[in-house]
Amino acid sequence: MSLVVIKPGMLSSFQDAGRHGHQPLGISVVGAMDQRAHQLANTLVGNDAHTASLEITLTGPTLQFKKPCCIALSGADLSATLNGQPIAMNRPIIVRPQDELAFGPRKHGTRCYLAVHGGFALAPVLGSTSTYLRSHFGGWHGRALQKGDEIPLARPLKNKGLEDLAMELWGIKIYLPSAIADSSRQRIRLIKSVLWNEFTPESCVALLTETFKVSPDSERMGYRLSGTPLLMSKPRQLLSEATTFGTIQVPAGGQPIILMADRQTTGGYPKMAYVATVDLPLLAQLAPGDALQFEAITLERAQELDAARERAWQALAQTLKPIQDLLFTH
Amino acid sequence: MKGPLFTIRPQGDRCLSLDFGQEISAETGLMCLSAAATLRAAQISGVSDIVPSYTAVALFYSPGTQATPVTFASLSQEVKRILSGELLPANASSRVIEIPVCYGGVHGPDLSDVAKRTGLTENEVIAKHSASDTMVFSLGFSPGHPYIGIHEEIFAIPRRDVPRTVVPRGSVAIANRQSTIYPERLPGGWHILGATPLRLFDLAREQPSLLLPGDKIQFIPIDQKEFDRMTAELDGARP
Repeated sequence: MSLVVIKPGMLSSFQDAGRHGHQPLGISVVGAMDQRAHQLANTLVGNDAHTASLEITLTGPTLQFKKPCCIALSGADLSATLNGQPIAMNRPIIVRPQDELAFGPRKHGTRCYLAVHGGFALAPVLGSTSTYLRSHFGGWHGRALQKGDEIPLARPLKNKGLEDLAMELWGIKIYLPSAIADSSRQRIRLIKSVLWNEFTPESCVALLTETFKVSPDSERMGYRLSGTPLLMSKPRQLLSEATTFGTIQVPAGGQPIILMADRQTTGGYPKMAYVATVDLPLLAQLAPGDALQFEAITLERAQELDAARERAWQALAQTLKPIQDLLFTH
Repeated sequence: MKGPLFTIRPQGDRCLSLDFGQEISAETGLMCLSAAATLRAAQISGVSDIVPSYTAVALFYSPGTQATPVTFASLSQEVKRILSGELLPANASSRVIEIPVCYGGVHGPDLSDVAKRTGLTENEVIAKHSASDTMVFSLGFSPGHPYIGIHEEIFAIPRRDVPRTVVPRGSVAIANRQSTIYPERLPGGWHILGATPLRLFDLAREQPSLLLPGDKIQFIPIDQKEFDRMTAELDGARP
């Protein structure tokens, strides 16, 4: 066994790019809430985005490594330490046997992603190693980590030459392309739905100008927002249909729900707008009680930004190829 | 079938939906299944999931890393081109799945209520429900959870006012001229007529979902003894 869970943290579960292709069977996509941080942590240790990382929520776990490996942390800054010493975010870090990774107070964000070179040795279910928490399958026995779990690593490093490897990795400069680094926007960008004009003019203005708050019962399935009620001019029943990550749907009470990674595959509430894919990571880093505001962009603009980020990932993987080469030849 | 009428709308920047109608009907449902099958067979680059529902088909896609990304505009053109040709049939496999159901008693707490609401006797409800010509239009809500339709007008009864917090696995329930079967213990607001011993979702099977969109469904009434026998047999067959 390569990794022992000393303390599990609040909610630590393995997640990847998602279990795509099975929505027609009612199987939710799930996967990392913050795909940006998940992919970044993986890229920094030479993995692709289909490798599961550990999604750590607010209160982090304490983990002891039994074998040497290379890790990276991205996303929320939860004051990570290795053997009591603070460690850097967004850098490949060499870990030695008996090293203990722990987390402290939350500095910013909600979800931190731990990636390890080669990945955790998890059995894929329907093509993905993401944990489907609600249906209890995938990831590590279909559940969040528990005290005493021993997680094997797919590709631990060799003890020999570890110090040289650490030095070489430390010498590599890491610059993130702006399409990936940009994560400090004030307003979350959304795209209006075809039902937008069926909402009252006041509701449309409210969604784009007022401040909403993330409610306490927000989690991986959806974020409930509190604020000015959003109402349809003539409320009507809609038929259930496929749902998307970032859909802003509005039940009769007028308090919107944003559907997140663990959303059910179908739903029938009126959809007012959709969060742009590029800003879903910002949303995933909000915690209950946090405030948020929105601004509208066109579908074309949202797709340009999305495509630019996809290309930036490819460019970053090229730039960081030396890390991958060092780790794979070790 | 040729040249179906539909409208296209975006659902955000990574999903495109086709609308084939506004109302639930067998005809529209079949059209959605047929369009979904045709689009799936076309293996469109960048599309990960094609999800039919009663009146719509959703295509999930991503831009990709090519110089010309997949966009709503480009995918709309592609979809129109594909659907202007011959469509594949909705039920390509022509499967008929028999679902044994033990109606009433402990398994069907709402059978008497449904009889009252429809003005039928309990036996008439069972007879009409099991004689219905139905098929699976979509799956959703939870893995392997089917939406089966369309029952005759007399079963146009709304969902329960107060949903149950727990509906047992295997429960067969009805609402709004549709049936469903609960693949696992779930909350639910449909009227429970009975239960099937079959497992609707089992990851140990190569195809975990017993039912697929387009399957024709035949409900077959069984008694408690047969239910127990089948349950024991299925339990014994599990590793």
